[in-house]
Amino acid sequence: MIFSIVVTGAPYSSQASASALQFSRSVLKLGHTIHRVFFYADGVHSGSALAAPPQDEANIPSEWTALACEHDLDLVVCIAAAVRRGVLDENEARRYEKSGHNLSPDFTLSGLGQLVEAGILSDRVVTFGA
Amino acid sequence: MTLHLINKTPSESSALRDSLSAVSNGDALLLIENGVYAAMPAYAELFTRLPGSVQCYLLEDDAIARGLKDLNQDFRAIGYDGFVELSCRYGKVVSWF
Repeated sequence: MIFSIVVTGAPYSSQASASALQFSRSVLKLGHTIHRVFFYADGVHSGSALAAPPQDEANIPSEWTALACEHDLDLVVCIAAAVRRGVLDENEARRYEKSGHNLSPDFTLSGLGQLVEAGILSDRVVTFGA
Repeated sequence: MTLHLINKTPSESSALRDSLSAVSNGDALLLIENGVYAAMPAYAELFTRLPGSVQCYLLEDDAIARGLKDLNQDFRAIGYDGFVELSCRYGKVVSWF
């Protein structure tokens, strides 16, 4: 079965991103596929490459990155939600004349069309809300 | 048939009450995250009017993480694999939060 996952909570503020991560691992383990993981609203903070939690705590952004590399996942961050929260890729940093960018290279900034497309192409869309 | 996913305590948001008013015959409820608190015996009254065909589940990992024991027997404890299986069994997954 084809799943897509939506995450709207920020890591360390809500459990949404951690729950979505564990759910995604089970989906893949059971032989299903994940078409896309879409990070929306505060969920965009999962895409930050600069999160530096203490070493004895889960690093949720880097766990997403590791899972994405292992399973070739499409991790999409809503561009409008991201730029207003200061989650920028190199292009957006240039566009808004910011001094740095922090979107992890395994994530992509894109629009809500990607969420609509995921809904059309997936058998199930599971939302993890804040 | 729909799997209703609830991740808030009954006192923290109207998610549970809203979901209960939308549940139909043959649907299922799954409590996750803080939603598992709704399976405490003190909240059992909330679920007494559910149609008998509605199956109730809770995510065991989240109940254990919160130290919850002796929960409402009407809720079956499942893990993340069970969560995925339920998502497949029901046609839609609706999240209330």
